[in-house]
Amino acid sequence: MRSVAAIAKRELVAYFATPVAYVFIIIFLAVSAALTFYVGGFFERRQAALDTFFTFHPWLFLFLIPAVGMRLWAEERKTGTIELLTTMPVTTTAAVIGKFLAAWAFIAAALALTAPMWLTVNVLGEPDNGVILASYVGSLLMAGAFLAITSCMSALTRNQVVAFILGATVCFLFTMSGVELVLETVRAIAPAALVDAVASLSFLSHFSTITKGVIDLRDLVFFVSMIVFWLFATTIVVNARKGL
Amino acid sequence: MIVMDGLSKHFGPVRAVDGLTLAVDKGEVLGFLGPNGAGKTTTMRMLAGFLEPSGGRAAICGFDVATDSIAAKRRLGYLPEGAPLYGDMTCAAFLAFVAEIRGYRGAARRQRLAEIVDTVALGEVLERPIDTLSKGYKRRVGLAQAMLHDPPVLILDEPTDGLDPNQKHHVRELIRGMGKEKAIIVSTHILEEVESVCTRAVVIAQGRIAADGTAESLLARLPRHNAVRLVVPAGAADAAAMVLGEVASPQAVERLPAADGLVTFYVLAHEGAAPLAAVAHGLHAHSIEVDSLGVERGRLDDVFRALTAQEETAPEGASPEGASPEGAGSGHA
Ligand SMILES: Nc1ncnc2c1ncn2[C@@H]1O[C@H](COP(=O)(O)OP(=O)(O)OP(=O)(O)O)[C@@H](O)[C@H]1O
Ligand SMILES: [Mg+2]
Repeated sequence: MRSVAAIAKRELVAYFATPVAYVFIIIFLAVSAALTFYVGGFFERRQAALDTFFTFHPWLFLFLIPAVGMRLWAEERKTGTIELLTTMPVTTTAAVIGKFLAAWAFIAAALALTAPMWLTVNVLGEPDNGVILASYVGSLLMAGAFLAITSCMSALTRNQVVAFILGATVCFLFTMSGVELVLETVRAIAPAALVDAVASLSFLSHFSTITKGVIDLRDLVFFVSMIVFWLFATTIVVNARKGL
Repeated sequence: MIVMDGLSKHFGPVRAVDGLTLAVDKGEVLGFLGPNGAGKTTTMRMLAGFLEPSGGRAAICGFDVATDSIAAKRRLGYLPEGAPLYGDMTCAAFLAFVAEIRGYRGAARRQRLAEIVDTVALGEVLERPIDTLSKGYKRRVGLAQAMLHDPPVLILDEPTDGLDPNQKHHVRELIRGMGKEKAIIVSTHILEEVESVCTRAVVIAQGRIAADGTAESLLARLPRHNAVRLVVPAGAADAAAMVLGEVASPQAVERLPAADGLVTFYVLAHEGAAPLAAVAHGLHAHSIEVDSLGVERGRLDDVFRALTAQEETAPEGASPEGASPEGAGSGHA
């Protein structure tokens, strides 16, 4: 659809119109490198692999993705341009998808800029490039799911800070639901079926299988359906709240 | 081409628009008037598909704005209240974006963009970010955006707000020019605008139609519309009163108290026509000294106030005497 492309293009240009985009990319690169080298002990492990690098992605995305996505709809509501956008001959779905794709492409660009790490491990040794590629794909998909959640939270408010907090909170819940500590708690008070349900919604567990190099269709389907679900929810929220 | 049928919008207990039924045809420029909070913007937002009606229906070129919204939006150019724009984009980038959304491609797009930039005189600010433009230029960008696809229906919410007199004149000329082959609704608080561009005026108050007609027919509601206004020196007043008694019925003549040594008379119109010739002839025949003589047209402001003053104060629980006496009462003295 042409209108999706037009909206995505406008949005992407808007990202780079402010220094925020560059600041974001620099923070992402610096923090992910620092975590990998210092906290993850990349050199001490003496392995040519990037798994330490990817391990930190869910935790990094928890804050960075809501920061990228918070403006998606909140800003349109704040400045009133949502009235312009929603009275043009584009469906709300097209607008939601266009905006999402722009932010996702931006994150993909940030992720692509970590390629020097990949080159480094290839210089230092012989990593399993299949695993690394799978991990990149998994990371991008997980980022998309975080972003779709943030998009929906952003449509709920005209305040970007509120959008950020809501987005980070919901993303946190979906990440933490796979942590053993949380599951223990749930297990103590809820039936096993519910524990499984909670665990199966965890971004962490789906992501960690992918980074082990096991590309299971179920994990891909999980992230893709998360994206679809939250974008659909965004459409509903935008339609219901645009005039308020 | 624009049809509203029992259109309503409620915000909780507030009935912003309350059963509006109205049709605007091709060739009409409808001036949408009403006090602050009357429901003009709310009505326009429903027509543009931004707000869902709480009741009734509306259609643009036969396409229902709720069920056929994309088709309706294609045929509509809309300038929202306050002309919100993507401030971080340059004018050129913004208009190019709108053109793309509106389906213009390649050479056709370049040509159309050049035309519209010329029409609203944006040439010199094209490469500037919209945020850095003055209010009037922003409004022009908003107008360019609304007219870009040459739509058969235009809905403009206060299009001349913030423009300098030259630009106001220019935009009015533009609207009047387009009015011949389009259906246009313009909301405004500038009543002279209604007389200069609109073929029809609708006054709404509290979400309901208070008056509907041409500017002329609204003016005709004023008791002193088309009355002859005669000013004579105080010394000649009695002689003048006698002459006026001959040319008009006694109820038709009003005599205001003397001020600054001058007395003003009004001779109310008879069946819409001003008795100017008869008055002038009578005065001449009796050689009465005249300070000034003319036909009073009345001002739309007075009609507007008369129509909306009481309604405006009512919800605040104002006492009856709060209802602006000079508004509703003018002319009955
Ligand atoms: N989103 C909203 N929520 C609640 N009330 C609203 C909302 N939008 C408008 N209203 C109310 O609806 C009524 C009509 O407002 P509207 O903006 O249509 O007036 P208007 O005729 O355009 O006034 P103005 O001349 O000031 O532009 C007002 O009482 C306003 O407070
Ligand atoms: Mg308004």
